[in-house]
Amino acid sequence: MATPMGQRRMFEPGTQVTVKRRYPPGHVRTPHYLRGKRGVIERAIRPFKNPEQLAYGVVAEEKLLYRVRFEMGEVWPDAERPTDTVDAEIYEHWLVKV
Amino acid sequence: MSDISETARRWHDMGGDPAGEINFDEHDFALWEKRVDALMILGSARGHFTVDGLRRALEDMGPEAFETMSYYERWIASVNQNLIEAGVYSLEELAAKMEEVQARGDTYGAAQDV
Amino acid sequence: MPHDHHDHDHLSPSGHPFREDNDTPLSYWQCMEIAVRELMIEKGEVTAAEVADQIGAMDSRSPANGAAVVARAWTDPAFKARLLEDASAASKEMGFDIGPLNLIAVENTADTHNLIVCTLCSCYPRNLLGLPPDWYKTREYRSRAVREPRAVLREFGVDLPDDVTVRVHDSTADMRYVVLPARPDGTDGMEEAALAELVTRDSMIGTGLPKSPA
Repeated sequence: MATPMGQRRMFEPGTQVTVKRRYPPGHVRTPHYLRGKRGVIERAIRPFKNPEQLAYGVVAEEKLLYRVRFEMGEVWPDAERPTDTVDAEIYEHWLVKV
Repeated sequence: MSDISETARRWHDMGGDPAGEINFDEHDFALWEKRVDALMILGSARGHFTVDGLRRALEDMGPEAFETMSYYERWIASVNQNLIEAGVYSLEELAAKMEEVQARGDTYGAAQDV
Repeated sequence: MPHDHHDHDHLSPSGHPFREDNDTPLSYWQCMEIAVRELMIEKGEVTAAEVADQIGAMDSRSPANGAAVVARAWTDPAFKARLLEDASAASKEMGFDIGPLNLIAVENTADTHNLIVCTLCSCYPRNLLGLPPDWYKTREYRSRAVREPRAVLREFGVDLPDDVTVRVHDSTADMRYVVLPARPDGTDGMEEAALAELVTRDSMIGTGLPKSPA
């Protein structure tokens, strides 16, 4: 399915995704504790200008923003209750379809 | 290569870190803090920086700043950093203005230009 | 009125101690604030009136705004549906000036409890609820809420049964969150304004529950 931005493929809600395990040294909005973790697309929000470029005052591309839901048991080895969840907003360029 | 993930982790990215009990003390904000907040909103509305530019400068201040400076102390430092980078004024102008402000008086109230 | 910092019986209208302000020694950062503000004014970037107006706009935002939205959702199912669909539009519909705030409302039910945090900084739905409480910005809250939300909630006095699922929302990017708490028992027939009185700030962050009717 096309996004409002054109040719990009969009992850539908319910799609399983993994957060890229990447560690660029700068301003990113993907929390460390979720990198490499598997979650499910809760919803696609809409494109926003990429904060990784906005932070440096350079021209920023639009990136589609998703809400991704992770089970606590996937994120923390010592989860209080593994089926509790944490949702975070993650940009498309950090996500890979499982 | 060894595991780079902890090496590359930045101080502000603290989700999941061990930490102590929540401190429930609350305070109202002082006038100077509200003014910092207003300058942040207005400077952003003028297009001189984005919230991400402010966060980037806050993150670059490092964990010592987080532990030793108050919230709005860090924010005025970040607003200033972004305004300097945007060329709104120079470091020389800032230094001269701060000198002028300090010469007016010893308290926040006395240092206002009224 | 000058503040007496040694007399802790003197509390502000919100019931909190006043912060040190105009009558304390000028700090380096206060000096910088004055300098930055005056340079911005001299350069024609802002006016003193705009700064004052912006402060007034933030001061006018408080948890009462969110409480009014919650109470409306409790009494008007169509509004509640619109709130859960687009919380920014629903807040504006009630006349609240929330500026560019992108808001999502998450609903507490008999089997789900939502909790809001920002682990990377301290994002908060400030344009609806006003400025965040101090604890929201601390290392302790930011670090622990995503890892041990139940332990954190117990510190706030909220002890959830095991059959309630906790959903934590980490405000990592452009959206902000407000919890739509579950309407308390024993409130049938109450007016919207009276219901709003039961809605606390913390119940809209998820660290508290609404008050019970007296």
